Amino acid sequence: MKLTVRVWRQRDAEAPGAMAAYQIDGISEDMSFLEMLDTLNEHLILSGEDPVAFDHDCREGICGACSLVINGDAHGPERTTACQLHMRSFADGDTVDVEPWRAAAFPVVKDLVVDRSAFDRIIQAGGYVTAPTGSAPEAHAAAVPKEAADHAFEHAECIGCGACVAACPNGSAMLFTSAKVNHLAALPQGAPERERRVLDMVATMDAEGFGGCTLTGECATACPKGIPLPSITAMNREWLRALRGPRR
Amino acid sequence: MSQPSTEYTDYTTGAPIADTAAPSGPVAERWDRRRFQAKLVNPANRRRHTVIVVGAGLAGGAAGATLAEQGYRVEQFCYQDSPRRAHSIAAQGGINAAKNYRNDGDSVRRLFYDTVKGGDFRARESNVHRLAQISVDIIDQCVAQGVPFAREYGGLLDTRSFGGVQVSRTFYARGQTGQQLLLGAYQALSRQIAAGNVTMHPRTEMLDLIVVDGRARGIVARDLVSGTVTAYHADAVVLATGGYGNVFYLSTNAMNSNATAVWRAHRRGAYFANPCFTQIHPTCIPRTGDHQSKLTLMSESLRNDGRIWAPKAPGDTRPPNEIPEEQRDYYLERVYPSFGNLVPRDIASRAAKNVCDEGRGVGPGGQGVYLDFADAIRRMGRANVSAKYGNLFEMYERITAENPYDVPMRIYPAVHYTMGGLWVDYDLQTTVPGLFAIGEANFSDHGANRLGASALMQGLADGYFVLPATVNDYLARNPHHGGVDDSHPAVTEALAAAEDRLRRLLAAGGDRTPDSFHCEIGELMWDCCGMSRTEEGLRKALDRIPLIREEFWRRVRVPGAGEELNQTLEKANRIVDYLELAELMCLDALHRAESCGGHFREESQTPDGEAARRDEEFSYAAAWEFTATGAAPVLHREDLVFEYVHPTQRSYA
Amino acid sequence: MVLATRTRTGRTARTHGRPQARPPSVARLFWRSTLGKKTVMAASGLIMLAYLTAHVMGNLKVFFGPEEFNAYGHWLREMGAPVLHREWGLWLVRILLLAAVAAHAVSACQLSRRDIRARPTAYAHKRPRASYATRTMRWGGFILGLFIVWHLLDLTTLTVNENAQPGRPYENVVATFSTWYGNVIYITAMLALGLHIRHGFHSAAQTLGVGGAARDRALRAAADLLALALTAGFIAVPVAVLTGVVS
Repeated sequence: MKLTVRVWRQRDAEAPGAMAAYQIDGISEDMSFLEMLDTLNEHLILSGEDPVAFDHDCREGICGACSLVINGDAHGPERTTACQLHMRSFADGDTVDVEPWRAAAFPVVKDLVVDRSAFDRIIQAGGYVTAPTGSAPEAHAAAVPKEAADHAFEHAECIGCGACVAACPNGSAMLFTSAKVNHLAALPQGAPERERRVLDMVATMDAEGFGGCTLTGECATACPKGIPLPSITAMNREWLRALRGPRR
Repeated sequence: MSQPSTEYTDYTTGAPIADTAAPSGPVAERWDRRRFQAKLVNPANRRRHTVIVVGAGLAGGAAGATLAEQGYRVEQFCYQDSPRRAHSIAAQGGINAAKNYRNDGDSVRRLFYDTVKGGDFRARESNVHRLAQISVDIIDQCVAQGVPFAREYGGLLDTRSFGGVQVSRTFYARGQTGQQLLLGAYQALSRQIAAGNVTMHPRTEMLDLIVVDGRARGIVARDLVSGTVTAYHADAVVLATGGYGNVFYLSTNAMNSNATAVWRAHRRGAYFANPCFTQIHPTCIPRTGDHQSKLTLMSESLRNDGRIWAPKAPGDTRPPNEIPEEQRDYYLERVYPSFGNLVPRDIASRAAKNVCDEGRGVGPGGQGVYLDFADAIRRMGRANVSAKYGNLFEMYERITAENPYDVPMRIYPAVHYTMGGLWVDYDLQTTVPGLFAIGEANFSDHGANRLGASALMQGLADGYFVLPATVNDYLARNPHHGGVDDSHPAVTEALAAAEDRLRRLLAAGGDRTPDSFHCEIGELMWDCCGMSRTEEGLRKALDRIPLIREEFWRRVRVPGAGEELNQTLEKANRIVDYLELAELMCLDALHRAESCGGHFREESQTPDGEAARRDEEFSYAAAWEFTATGAAPVLHREDLVFEYVHPTQRSYA
Repeated sequence: MVLATRTRTGRTARTHGRPQARPPSVARLFWRSTLGKKTVMAASGLIMLAYLTAHVMGNLKVFFGPEEFNAYGHWLREMGAPVLHREWGLWLVRILLLAAVAAHAVSACQLSRRDIRARPTAYAHKRPRASYATRTMRWGGFILGLFIVWHLLDLTTLTVNENAQPGRPYENVVATFSTWYGNVIYITAMLALGLHIRHGFHSAAQTLGVGGAARDRALRAAADLLALALTAGFIAVPVAVLTGVVS
């Protein structure tokens, strides 16, 4: 396959950026999208140009490092991460646009690499259970209904890639935040800190400069792990409930 | 068969080493005894101690969080943009624990026994027993953190059996157990970061170890965004940097997983043990071409219902559905009638390689065999197959664009885990005092072969429970640190060495990309030090590696500058270390003229082609001491003593 | 360092982890949060929606002739009597509505500014996103704001209604819809209202935490029905005047 790839090039956080077009030949449809970028980079290195910087690591769709907006879609046309997207999703002669996540809270570091540490700070604000090592009771001390455990798992699947923020026209992190809030709220282990957790996480989310939710649903459509849109509703409920103070 | 000689001039033999930290007495009491003997640091004084933890996977994340909870100041490093992304996240299957919730005869003793035996009698009994003991605490800890393990309708934890053991002791969270455990550790670490007890350095990669007066006192690390190279000082350094499978270029490891931290520590005096013990996983998706950048593993649970076969005739390129039954060779069922498709990982992997070497491999390049679910679909119905394996089938189809319900899957073995690593004593301390290695980065618990669902167990046992206790003891016994700053000669030397290396890479200005070298060394290693090894092949590799190394420095091209985000520079810098580590792996494989676990020497096999261990000569861990690049290293043997589990030859026929 | 995790200096660390010197009051926490502002929008929106439901029913009285319609107009001023003085009831409603409109508009402005700031750079590769109703919430809201001003000047204060007669709402309505611009303004605004309610009602429910996967479809259906019923009800009047059913 032969493709024209237009990539956002930006030297560093301060420099202005622009789209740059590259012709690339000999692309196999079995390549993953990132392998296509690898191929491009090999050419760029040999021709003395700066290769395209992009985040990637596990290349099996679970680490959440890859963060490409491909033809306007976070992670591209398939509902998966960019590393699991294959070139057979494109046709010979296509022009493919590759851009970084766009959000004020995710400043561009270089080319397609963005800084997602705001997500870490949201988790640091309360996305945990205070359970110091050694203090745990026997695992079977508290039974957890299977439904609750499954519900928690569905939200715990979030890989923190940031596609939800990238897809949201408001750059909102509601889906990400709600995934962790709902995961821990579903389990008895999360109950003692339940109110403080959601209040602190939402406050941090706001402080980091993410936008608000207008329920466009773009986040849930882009989410490679299928975190559902009603998670946000559930977090809203958690938040309003927490404002009324801790349960006794 | 003639026994190969073990006398080589490629290395010299030094004094044997002993695990001086391991207590004596009944194996079940050793950990308690060790903990009681340990000195403690007054809680009020802990703030005065800084511990560096490199890596933020299961072992590193757990260690950082726990040390911070205890009151130490922790400086934690990871090359990823967030500690949530370490490759522990990709572990699928589960985590073993001797809870015996099933009342099926499991016990700490049985897990201990299974692990020593599974490791083909090349692991240390004391360590393995401790691991089995701690396994039960890990599950408690993770549940308390809110890890959503699979549960039964009664609300209790579900388990499954895994990796051919006869008890059901594997706890899991669908196919994403590693992810859930890692996020648990990440969240515990996040809590400590917020509390100000851990200073997190993401996108920062360790380049060297700082050793002052024989003790590990810090690291040199590069900020991957700004390119700044900085020295960080501490009273103890913990390496939790994972395995070195990426030496092979293609592996199931994450793209950026690397061996730089352990190799640099090795160069600074830490012995490297059993580097040739690598695990090849039999059920990975085969490569499709030269562009391939990594291999994807599929859970080996597929072998419970899938049947592995290859065409009987070499060069048979017909589509699988057109090959009639009598022209198919279900070779595992044929050769191992009692275990069939469920033989251990190393045997299944080697059998696939043999079939492909005979020219009977399928798919692009003939590097694959079929894993066929047609019988399973006939027997269980498509719906039941889908319920059991649906997500794996989906993943396979996404990658290959082939529907495994209609066409048999193609699989091929791939490098998956490295049992070898930095040599550590019972305290997980390396031969450099104050330098500890945990998780996959050390060599201690899996011997020559790791059992399924044991890697997560070991990482968390080391990080949550073992290391925090032993670091405490080390700091209590060496209380008066301090006095090392950037002006110390050891620090300036390490800084200068690291910066010099980066400068040389940038200045090389050749005509080959770093990846092309990585690819080359990887292929060589796969051919000569992969699933089966021969003296001839290893010799060939040992001859070739120095030449590649020389060519690398002559012809590599790294664009850009050092003072910026430069991913090519990062890559090239890691390859420098692979080019040295590869040599040691081959040497270790050459000197160990026996077959054991993942290490198969063709010269040492039973008449029916199985691995033949040679306990009289090789019942030891090989700990290598670095001398100089390309120079003969020194071998120190740590003799293994089996008081509880007596070595037997494995048989699966 | 660009990517350093801000551990001790960030805003995060100060707001949690340790007991705070003086925790912010619930009201402050509420108003400062995007979720709080969204809640204000949802609540004020629902108040206006309730009002509009009553409003459309009153409008439909126009089909029963000038007497009934004008009597209804008269009653609005007597609402609450004899407990309340004449027009007190009406003023209470007006104050409540004014507060709702103000709260809705202020939160909307602040949230919109925040949303726009949160996404300062657009993607070079454009593609349509979200549904029409979702995308037009901001402009729709703005149009409705302008409409309310015109509507009040037209039929409440009668400032811009050329043929206005105080105390004769029926005749005034007919007068408004006898001009082309009256019809254009009104019908455009009512279409915008429909779209606004369609997304807004559903959104409000989500903001208030009502919903979840199961109830979501019912809520969407309710939003569609409400939007359709209100738009049709309001537009029925100018259509009737245009076609001569009401004159």
